[in-house]
Amino acid sequence: MRLELQRRRESSRWMLVLSPALAVALTLLAGAALFAMLGYDGIAAVRAVFIVPLADPGQWQELGIKAAPLILIATGLSIGFRANIWNIGAEGQYVIGGLAATGVALATWETEGNWILPLMIAAGILGGMAYAAIPAFLRTRLQVSEILSSLMLTYAAVQLLYYLMRGPWKDPKGFNFPQSRLFTDWQLLPAIGNTYVHWGVPAAFLIAVVAWMVLSRTVFGYEVRVVGAAPNAARHGGFKHNRTIWLSLLAGGGFAGLAGVIEVAGPFGQMVPQFPTGYGFTAIIVAFLGRLHPIGIIAAGLILAVSYVGGEVAQATLGLPNAAVGVFQGMMLFFLLAADALVSYRLRLVPTVSRAAR
Amino acid sequence: MVSRLELCGVTKAFPGVLANDHVSFAVKAGEIHALVGENGAGKSTLVKMIYGVMQPEAGEIRLDGRPVEIPNPKAARAMGVAMVFQHFSLFEPMTVLENIALGMDEDIPFASLEDRVRQVLDRYGLALDPYRVVSTLSVGERQRIEIVRALLVEPRLLIMDEPTSVLTPQEVGQLFETLRALASSGCSILYISHKLHEVKALCSAATVLRAGRVVGSCDPGRVAARSMAEMMIGGTLREIQRRKDRAFGPVKLTVKELTLERDSTFGVSLQDVSFEVRAGEIFGIAGVAGNGQNALLLALAGEVPAKRAGAIRLDGREVGLTGPAGRRRLGLCAVPEERIGHGAVPGFSLAENTVLTARQRKKLVGWGLIRRLLSRNYAEEVIRAFDVRTTGASAAAAALSGGNLQKFIMGREILQAPEALVVAQPTWGVDAGAAAAIHEALAALAAAGAAVVLISQDLDELLALCDNLAVMNEGRLSRPLAAGQASIEEIGLLMGGIHGEPMAKTPEAGAADAA
Repeated sequence: MRLELQRRRESSRWMLVLSPALAVALTLLAGAALFAMLGYDGIAAVRAVFIVPLADPGQWQELGIKAAPLILIATGLSIGFRANIWNIGAEGQYVIGGLAATGVALATWETEGNWILPLMIAAGILGGMAYAAIPAFLRTRLQVSEILSSLMLTYAAVQLLYYLMRGPWKDPKGFNFPQSRLFTDWQLLPAIGNTYVHWGVPAAFLIAVVAWMVLSRTVFGYEVRVVGAAPNAARHGGFKHNRTIWLSLLAGGGFAGLAGVIEVAGPFGQMVPQFPTGYGFTAIIVAFLGRLHPIGIIAAGLILAVSYVGGEVAQATLGLPNAAVGVFQGMMLFFLLAADALVSYRLRLVPTVSRAAR
Repeated sequence: MVSRLELCGVTKAFPGVLANDHVSFAVKAGEIHALVGENGAGKSTLVKMIYGVMQPEAGEIRLDGRPVEIPNPKAARAMGVAMVFQHFSLFEPMTVLENIALGMDEDIPFASLEDRVRQVLDRYGLALDPYRVVSTLSVGERQRIEIVRALLVEPRLLIMDEPTSVLTPQEVGQLFETLRALASSGCSILYISHKLHEVKALCSAATVLRAGRVVGSCDPGRVAARSMAEMMIGGTLREIQRRKDRAFGPVKLTVKELTLERDSTFGVSLQDVSFEVRAGEIFGIAGVAGNGQNALLLALAGEVPAKRAGAIRLDGREVGLTGPAGRRRLGLCAVPEERIGHGAVPGFSLAENTVLTARQRKKLVGWGLIRRLLSRNYAEEVIRAFDVRTTGASAAAAALSGGNLQKFIMGREILQAPEALVVAQPTWGVDAGAAAAIHEALAALAAAGAAVVLISQDLDELLALCDNLAVMNEGRLSRPLAAGQASIEEIGLLMGGIHGEPMAKTPEAGAADAA
């Protein structure tokens, strides 16, 4: 008997749904084994990272808050990824979105009004879009790979943040700490009822659902999918490739910028140098774990949020290093890509016909 | 004498279908043996097992009398079995020589590989520049890479899957010389084809497959092509019917001095291409693959804009600068040569694939939204009208056989009632039944008053269908000939250009890319 990888006639819808679940399961097993080998209690580590945040209702609000930016960014990225446009620089667009909102907040610091928050949101979205327009321009005009340009621009954005925090935007009454003024009530996202969950969280979930409708029902969504699946067919159908590159990068940048706003006007409440938390990169995992499907992305965003919250739990209770979260997230993407082979291939046990039998 | 290849009860099942059902036949040493059958008859599966791509579930394959197990193609090549596939596996950004080097089992220094490649090219009169980049090559030239690859291992059994679909009559003649020389040196050839007159000309034995079973075998030299065809499809064959007294209306499509620069997307430029097609006329464009037909199709479809608006006119209106969607709205539709990935999106359902090109004329979209019910209805209408064998409108395009997908794509364009339709190689790799249906549909479309441009390398197809035809060579189009008066020899000479050397290499085209 031997194992054979056999191509399926059509990709399996079952495996499309099952392979992310399989990837999560394998991550738990491999994670437990890895941390056991490193001398930690492997089972407890996995429990702390993945079970405790789900089992403890006290952590649920935190889960939603962590999931919201991941879902937003991943939804935006999934549009580009479907069109084979690889925006790797969502982290930078997220930072610029946050900075743009901060700029509005600082400019309106002694002002009051309902219009301030919407203005910050608009500025954040536009900021993210403008930053994503750079790789779009370079790609469509000069054939520069958007993978490289968008990634490198991330570091430029972070340096800009550091400069603004240490220089022009430093809080004059902040004891010389590199951080902005605290936002006022007019500049903060309000919390829902008596929780500390801000309104950005339900908005993120809603936006993901709307994005799903747009992708599956509109001509724009169709265009994005055709350009990704068969660029020649897209041209034959009269869809312009450059237009798709622009639109999908702008969408990705806009969503990342919005995520920046809800973070800076939500949990952070001011701009700080610690603002780039890696959401822009983790969202890449979320997008793939969610099958580039906005509904899947909601589930995947929650799973990755669990790993963030759980990482803090494990750090506190087991002394697990902070990098453990990154290890778990990396393993998850690795197993997912491996399990994806099963979508278009099936594993089959093939009897070896022995020569003697003939 | 022991047979070179013998199959005994070879059986292979896929989920839901028995692809090969106890197939048995034998190929003698030095014999050119035809394997004929419709698409889906199980020919590909069968040869994939002989070549080690798949494993039989039951039965036995014998080479020179010895039962063998062929776990993979590398093992097959080691046993002296080589294959030229219908679909090529080439890396587009790399050169011919690099592609050949990548496919070799042994590690040969580049320089000596080039010598061996050039030897094979010379010995078999194959025109190919080893330093050209594959993405700039036509289908015909790409096929030659595969043939060279196969011949480099000096096979004892060579499997050829539909090899002549892209060649001129002269090239086919040369290929046949090559194959005959190869056979007389003792190499057996298993020749898969739909073109029965070729089988008659070349092969000394034939096995006919239908629905996975051997339904007959014959000496093709002694049996009429028609009766072989009927054996293949298990029924009687329809002839193309065109009215003898057909009349033409006013000029619908005018192409005037259409010139396109060479570009990385297609290897050949277009130079001053001019022709006119009237309502009710089928205008044929003959020529060897890679002489600008791709560029012409892209230019007519609007995928590559012309330089002047007046270069292309539809019903007198200048459309040279209009994009594909705009031209379709005006009634100029096109069917490209490549079905998968150009004419259709493989992973999309048939219903979704209607939106690709029929969204304007059939109003499948509105307010930026896709009207899913309408697109599904339209897909079902195409499936019914063109007898597309599929599980339904939600089947993925990739799940259809070549012939059925082609019928679907043709139907998708024809049912939009275009004013003018441009089709490229509509029956390439399509089985006899589907080809007949496609020909009938084109004739009916012209009879209904549309102008039809048929770009094809199949001269039989052109002569049977077209009213007038012209020949493309190196981006230029010959003067039009009335199809009734043109002889195959005359057209063949035009295909080879003014030098009358159809197999002559085209140094300008090759050298520019190598540089």
